[in-house]
Amino acid sequence: MNVYQEELLDHYENPSNYGTLPNPNISHEEDNPLCGDRIRIDLVVEDDIITEVRFSGHGCTISQAAASMLTEEIEGKSLTEVKKLSRDDILDMIGIPLGPVRLKCALLALKVLKAGAYGIKGWPGEENE
Amino acid sequence: MHAPHFRPLDVESIRKDFPIFATTPPLAFLDNAASTQTPRPVVEAMDSYYDTYRSNIHRGIYRISEEATAQYERAREKVAQLVNAPRARQIIFTRNTTESINLVAYSWGSANIQAGDEIVLTVMEHHSNLVPWQLLAQRTGAVLRFLEITDEGLLDFTQLENLLTEKTKLVAIGHVSNVLGTINPIQSIIMAAHAVGAKVVVDAAQSVPHFQVDVQQLDCDFLAFSGHKMCGPTGIGVLYGKLELLEEMPPFLGGGSMIRSVERDVSSYAELPAKFEAGTPSIAEAIGLGHAVDYITQANLAALQVHEQELLKYAHNRLQEIEGITLYGPSSPHQKAGVISFNIEGIHPHDVAGVLDTHGIAIRAGHHCAQPLMKRLDVIATARASFYLYNTTEEVDRLYEGLCRTQKLMTRRKK
Repeated sequence: MNVYQEELLDHYENPSNYGTLPNPNISHEEDNPLCGDRIRIDLVVEDDIITEVRFSGHGCTISQAAASMLTEEIEGKSLTEVKKLSRDDILDMIGIPLGPVRLKCALLALKVLKAGAYGIKGWPGEENE
Repeated sequence: MHAPHFRPLDVESIRKDFPIFATTPPLAFLDNAASTQTPRPVVEAMDSYYDTYRSNIHRGIYRISEEATAQYERAREKVAQLVNAPRARQIIFTRNTTESINLVAYSWGSANIQAGDEIVLTVMEHHSNLVPWQLLAQRTGAVLRFLEITDEGLLDFTQLENLLTEKTKLVAIGHVSNVLGTINPIQSIIMAAHAVGAKVVVDAAQSVPHFQVDVQQLDCDFLAFSGHKMCGPTGIGVLYGKLELLEEMPPFLGGGSMIRSVERDVSSYAELPAKFEAGTPSIAEAIGLGHAVDYITQANLAALQVHEQELLKYAHNRLQEIEGITLYGPSSPHQKAGVISFNIEGIHPHDVAGVLDTHGIAIRAGHHCAQPLMKRLDVIATARASFYLYNTTEEVDRLYEGLCRTQKLMTRRKK
């Protein structure tokens, strides 16, 4: 299967929830020092429910498409539920095998989300909780 | 550029020495500035050590240890010859360029650098020729100063006079930029540095593999390079130093092999080069490096350089046909080694490398361990193709076609 399949490119070219929010409860931004990809995620949370989400930043197809897919996944869900999202969930969304370097591109959005919403540091799948 | 006597490279027969190219379609390996492939003669030399005389060196009182010692020291002589070092004992085996530079920073640096002293670097240095000096500056209170580059990716010599003063104790400079490919005119920098009494460390990781480097002609004080970028194995690098400097310098790593005698509280140290080679070294890798030196010198470094120049010129022309491409570094291939860094408008370099990989073409994408240079170029990353003696114009064509396909795929619909 090709890394650059349709669905991924669609998310890259026409990302969902791209932008920033004027008054987010949670806003967090990080980059991947390996490649300079950068993602910021803004959330509005009401009664534990993510009512609004936006992401912004720049980077390769994988990092930006994964961020777009992740925002679609978490909108309307509870923070408690979203906390359970794992590295494998992201890989399922992406749906194609990735090498170790591109894996980090895919996981950057979830890393940003987890650091911003729960203070969890480190790459998904290797956290020291 | 053209050396008086050489036969052109027989690339077809060279490629047969590299089993990695035997696949269909053949791998187009264009990431040689990171690490080159290893030819059979180098692998066979290491196999021969493992299969017939594997043992530790210097101490064994038996035949195969004597043989291992002889081969290890033979490799040192070959390396010394390659860079025209006056004596083999001026060649110290390390793990890689990075370790060689750290050796100088810790050993020479700690003994010679004091608070307020200045270390002059360039903005195009690889992190391996930057971070060790940052650490030294932090330990000692020395100050780092930087020679800037012009927009064309050449060193800005108008600043050199202001930068080099009686405070300058050291100049650390890359011979060839691993990003821009710029061949720096280090001989004149070395002369200018010596005129103010500074020593010069040359990061030759991207030069020694690609053209003839002569440490006596350059008159550099230290020169560092890696085996794995010149057809050798990983885990073996080289530090050349001027004899009087190496002799005065305190040891770097302590342990076995680097001592003369050891008391409970103090030791006296071995002569060069053993003083800087603590512990069991990379024996097979040193032997492999010796054979890599044989391999590239038999291919002929002058012919290799001409071949890379031709590839570079060809690649410059082909890649410039691509709409929206930016090439970084000098526009004239004559000022460059076989490195070509670029970006295509609207496409992240990771995606460029990712799509090319699906077509069997290996290039580098990222900051190339040169983040200050990326900042200077005002880019987050670049894509980079880099050549070696086994690369061909057909591979450049495949790169060009791969880039066209990448562009088609990634910019189907504009947002």
